[in-house]
Amino acid sequence: MGVSVQPLIDFVTSPITIAYVVLIFVVFFSLQISAAVLVLAERKVAAFAQQRLGPYRVGWWGVLQPLADILKLLFKEELRPKAADFWLFYLAPVISATTAFAAFVVIPFGPPTDLFGLLPEPINLQGMDVNVAVLIVFAITSMGVYGIVLAGWASNSKYSLLGGLRSSAQMLSYELSYGLALASAILLGNSLSLREIVDGQSATMLGGLIPSGWFLWPSFFGFVIYMIAGVAETNRAPFDFPEAEQELVAGYHTEYSSMSFALFFLAEYINMVTVSALATNLFLGGWHWPFPLAWGWPFGVLNWLLKVAFLLFFYIWMRWTLPRYRYDQLMSFGWKWLLPAAVVNVILVAAGVVYFS
Amino acid sequence: MEPTLTHYLALSAVLFSIGTAGVFLRRNLITVLLSIEIMLNAVNLTFVAAGRHFGTVDGQVIVFFVMTVAAAEAAVGLALIIALFRHKESLSPDVFTSLKW
Amino acid sequence: MISLDAILFYLFGAVTVASSLAVVTQRNPMHSVLFLIGSFLALAGLYINLDSPFTAVTQIIVYAGAIMVLFLFVVMLLNAPREDVASPYGPAYVTLTTGPRRAFALLSVVLVVELVLAMRQFVSASQPSGPDAAAHVSSVRQIGIAIFTDYSLAFEATSVLILVAMVGAVVLAKKRL
Repeated sequence: MGVSVQPLIDFVTSPITIAYVVLIFVVFFSLQISAAVLVLAERKVAAFAQQRLGPYRVGWWGVLQPLADILKLLFKEELRPKAADFWLFYLAPVISATTAFAAFVVIPFGPPTDLFGLLPEPINLQGMDVNVAVLIVFAITSMGVYGIVLAGWASNSKYSLLGGLRSSAQMLSYELSYGLALASAILLGNSLSLREIVDGQSATMLGGLIPSGWFLWPSFFGFVIYMIAGVAETNRAPFDFPEAEQELVAGYHTEYSSMSFALFFLAEYINMVTVSALATNLFLGGWHWPFPLAWGWPFGVLNWLLKVAFLLFFYIWMRWTLPRYRYDQLMSFGWKWLLPAAVVNVILVAAGVVYFS
Repeated sequence: MEPTLTHYLALSAVLFSIGTAGVFLRRNLITVLLSIEIMLNAVNLTFVAAGRHFGTVDGQVIVFFVMTVAAAEAAVGLALIIALFRHKESLSPDVFTSLKW
Repeated sequence: MISLDAILFYLFGAVTVASSLAVVTQRNPMHSVLFLIGSFLALAGLYINLDSPFTAVTQIIVYAGAIMVLFLFVVMLLNAPREDVASPYGPAYVTLTTGPRRAFALLSVVLVVELVLAMRQFVSASQPSGPDAAAHVSSVRQIGIAIFTDYSLAFEATSVLILVAMVGAVVLAKKRL
C-alpha cells in the first residue's frame, strides 16, 4: 500500500518524459503557427491565381500579415445575440477548435530519433503511439461535427440554423467515403497504427529515386476519394456551400465575432492540416521519400513537411479554381457517386492484397 | 482499491436503473429514446467488463453488434417519432391514445 | 496510494452517472442529448481503462459521433418543446409527484438493489485475470478474427438489419410515399 514517491518523481523528471512534453508543446504551437501561415498562403496563392499581388505592405512581401489579422481579430468586439443560448453559443467554437487540435496527438511527423544523442533512447515523433491511431483520428474528426451543429442551433438565427444543418449533413455524408478510403490504406498497411503504415511505405527503386512503396500507387483512386472526401469534410473549396457568402451570409458562424470566430477559423485551417497530414502518412509515404533518412532525422521531418505543404497548396489551389457545388448536387455526388466508388475501391484493394500475397 | 469486475458491474447496474427510471418517468418521446440508449450502454459496459475479466474478445464482439443494433433502432425510432409528430404536433406519449380501449 | 486504474475508474464512473442523471432530469431535450454525449465519452474512457481501445473508439465514432447527431437533428427539426412541468414541486418533479410516478421511481430503486444483490453471489467466486489477457483483449486483429469466423452469421445478419432499418426509416419519415 504505502508506495514511495521516488519512482514517480524519477518518471516525471526523466529525459524521455520531458522530451514528450516538449514535443506536445512543439506540435501545439506549430499547429497554431501553421494556421497563421495558411492564412497568408491562402491570400497569396489566391492573389497569384487572380494575377494580382496580394498582401505585401505589412512586412517584407506581406509576411507579417497574419500578425495583423490576429491583432484585428483580438481587438474586435465580442457580440452575442440576446436570444442565443449562452452555454451552447460559447461551447460550439471550443468544441470545433479542441477536436481540431486533438486529432494531431496520434499523427507522427518523423522517424524515431534520439535528438542527436540528448536522450538515452529514441522517442517517436508522435504524441502517443497507439495501435488504433487511424480510428482515433477518425473518431475525433467525427466529433468535430458537433461544433458546427451547436453553432447553428445556438445562434438562434435562420441563416445559422440552415447553414449548420446543411454543413453537418454534408460532413456526415462524406465521412462514410472518408472512412472507406482510410480502410483501403489500412488494408495495404496491414495495421491500424500510423507508424506501422508509414514504415510499410519505405520501399524505393533505382537506389532511392523512385518511391515504389507508397500506397498511392496500388490505391490511387483511394487517394483521390480521400482527398475529395477530406475537402468536403473540412467544408472547403468546391464544397463550401454551407458557408458561402452569396447564399447564406456565412452559414453557421454568421453570428460570431472576434475570438469565437477566430476559433472557428483556426479549427477550419487545422482540419485542413490534419487531412493533409493523414493523407501524407497514409498514401504518400510520410517521412520517407525525397531526402534519404540516412542523412539524419531532420531530413525525415523535412520530407513530411514538404509533402504536407504540397497538399495544402493543392487545397488552396482548388478553392480558387473550381466553382462551388450547389447543395443538392453536393449531396447526390457524395451518396450516389463517391460512396459506391469508395466501396468498389476497397473491394479491389482487398482483392489485390489477397492475390499478391 | 483496484476496480474489480464487481465495481464495473455495480456501475452498470446503476446506469441501467437510471435508464429504466428515465423510460418510466419522462413524458417526452425523445427523452424516452435517450433513456433506452443509456440502458443499452450499461449492458455494453457489462459485456466489455466481463470479457476483460475472462480474457476473451467475445465481450467486445457482442458490444460491436449491440452498437449496430442500437443504431438501427435509434434510426427507426426517430423516424417513428417524426411521423407521429407530423400527425399530432406533440411529443408527449399521453397524446397518442387512439388505440386505447 | 491508489492506482491510476482506480482513479480513472472513479472519475469516469462519476462523470457517467452524473451525466446520465442529468439526461433523465433535464427538461430541455437539447440539453439531455448533450449530457448523453458526455456520458458516452466518459464510457469510452471506461472502455480504455478495460484495455479495449477498439470498443472505446467505436463507441465514439458510432454512438457519440453518429447516433447522437441523428438525435440532435430530430430535436432541432422538430423544435422539441420543453416538457410541461405539471407538478407543484418544480424541478424535483421527477420523483416526488403523484401515484404512478412515485411507484415507478420506487421500482427503479428496487431494480438497482436487486441487481447489486444478484451480482454479489456471482462474482465472489471468480478471480481477476492477469496482464497477458490484456494484450489478447486489446488486439484489434483478434476482434476481427472473432467477428469474421465465429460470429460471421451475426455479422451478415446485422448488415441486413441495417439495410432494413435504413429503408424503414426513410419510408416512415416521408411525407407521402
